[in-house]
Amino acid sequence: MSENASAFAYLISAILFIMALRGLSSPVSARQGNLFGMVGMAIAIATTLASPMVLGYSWIIVAILIGGTIGTVTALKIQMTALPQLVAAFHSLVGLAAVLVASAAFLAPESYGLGAPGSIAVGSLIEMSLGTAIGAITFTGSIIAFGKLQGLISGKPLMYPGQHFVNLALGIALVALIYWFARAESGYAFALIVAISLLLGLLLIVPIGGADMPVVISMLNSYSGWAACGIGFTLGNFALIITGALVGSSGAILSYIMCKGMNRSFFSVILGGFGGETTAAAADLGDRTVKPGSAADAAFIMENAASVVIVPGYGMAVAQAQHALREMADMLKKKGVTVRYAIHPVAGRMPGHMNVLLAEANVPYDEVFELDEINRDFPSTDVSFVIGANDVTNPAAKTDPSSPIYGMPILDVERSGTVLFVKRSLASGYAGVDNPLFYRNNTMMLFADAKKMCEDIIKALE
Amino acid sequence: MAQQTIFDKLGQLGSDMAAASNDKFLESMDQLADNAAELARQADILAGQAAAISAQAAPAGHGDTFVFLFTIFLLAVFVGYYVVWNVTPALHSPLMGVTNAISSVIIVGALIAAGPLDMHLSKVFGFVAVMLASVNIFGGFIVTQRMLQMFKKKK
Repeated sequence: MSENASAFAYLISAILFIMALRGLSSPVSARQGNLFGMVGMAIAIATTLASPMVLGYSWIIVAILIGGTIGTVTALKIQMTALPQLVAAFHSLVGLAAVLVASAAFLAPESYGLGAPGSIAVGSLIEMSLGTAIGAITFTGSIIAFGKLQGLISGKPLMYPGQHFVNLALGIALVALIYWFARAESGYAFALIVAISLLLGLLLIVPIGGADMPVVISMLNSYSGWAACGIGFTLGNFALIITGALVGSSGAILSYIMCKGMNRSFFSVILGGFGGETTAAAADLGDRTVKPGSAADAAFIMENAASVVIVPGYGMAVAQAQHALREMADMLKKKGVTVRYAIHPVAGRMPGHMNVLLAEANVPYDEVFELDEINRDFPSTDVSFVIGANDVTNPAAKTDPSSPIYGMPILDVERSGTVLFVKRSLASGYAGVDNPLFYRNNTMMLFADAKKMCEDIIKALE
Repeated sequence: MAQQTIFDKLGQLGSDMAAASNDKFLESMDQLADNAAELARQADILAGQAAAISAQAAPAGHGDTFVFLFTIFLLAVFVGYYVVWNVTPALHSPLMGVTNAISSVIIVGALIAAGPLDMHLSKVFGFVAVMLASVNIFGGFIVTQRMLQMFKKKK
């Protein structure tokens, strides 16, 4: 294939990728969008295979077969609750692939049209080292994120004195190494860039608490895009540059949305340490009383209501209660109750996680609403059913400037007629903040496991 | 007799002269050849210098390529910005799935590394990178498809 023909083919695949993202503007067009993405990828791979640089196919076919099988089996088997871990693991692979490609380009620059070893242009060396550095940071960072989400590493932020100083020093060292590498095209400099970036990725994610993982995952998503971009500049390949830029900005936007959903600045998330101290804040509030209720009470209240809004949180996913919850909602709907779902931007462990979990339980997506869409409807709602969520309903975020979550947008469940709060105990949420909602007159606490409670309510409704 | 001698002498002179001129000619030819060789050597050096200059010009020319690629990059960032803000929040997880899959277009670079026939360390790197990217491509698209198939409208 001539150089111009392949440039056009890469352009087409980049456009198909844009269409893939465009499709996600609605669930109706999304599946078609995904198909566009697959076709775009097939075109990009076929174009490369047809290029004069690729001569031997046996290794490539073996590699694609092995990788494809692993990817397919994993994707088909994974539980939707484990989606964040899977995405983190996938990001780490992109990062490592970027490092390997940059290393290959450094070792055999003639294959990439970058000249002979020892005479690679300075610009290419800089691009190469940037792609490598970002890729390596993505690799180890994603592995730590994976470990935290999978529960292999404690989700608690790991802090030590001089942490930011160490990271800063490593960052400066990295810049110096890139300078050295660009000047001398030294293999040592390249190896050191890889080593320091790997270490930096690890140290950057270690201090970030499990609750901030939605931001971290989005951020690593963004990094994997920029790494692809760096490689794209090295190879002068449109498909890589455009796709990298798309992925990079997508991840950046998602990080921004997640930060806004928690009212945290991006930098305070990156610097880490949030959610470490689970203080016993409830101690001085002992005189306040809560109103516990049973499944039968909850069933009675809800079947006599005109409208119910269900507020699911990560606790629901942990208890695997989504199917029982949907069954409960179906029974209520049969009894003529309007049931809707309200989702907070940071519900779940990654952006949009809760929507997927509800969709998996066959909840129609047009019954699921975002915070902005449903918040003004709470005053006219009879019952709010909060299950597995806590901080995202805490009115202290609006009223108490001293609260760590002050300013965070919350779902105004306290404005609805009655709040049913499914929770195992009175323990505080990840932010370590007591929720005044528990002690309000119109709140009934349902102390039980989320799944068990839903099943008991279903029995009571029958 | 005297005439004979003159002729002889002349003849000798002629042959002497011829020999001399021949010598001179050869000498000058030699010099010419030397000059030519010198010229060739200089031309060679010049050509070498020209090659070196053009090789040095490549990074300068790279600047132009860079500006070109950077233009594409910036425009793509803008496209990404507007397209992604249009994604409905309910589909943010599938968005991550898709972006993860398409960022594996890095396989393009990996295929080139794995492409040559002769064995090399870079080929091993390419092989591993192709494998990792394939995990992502297949895994990313399939998990996204699984997610999207769950999103159903109210019956």
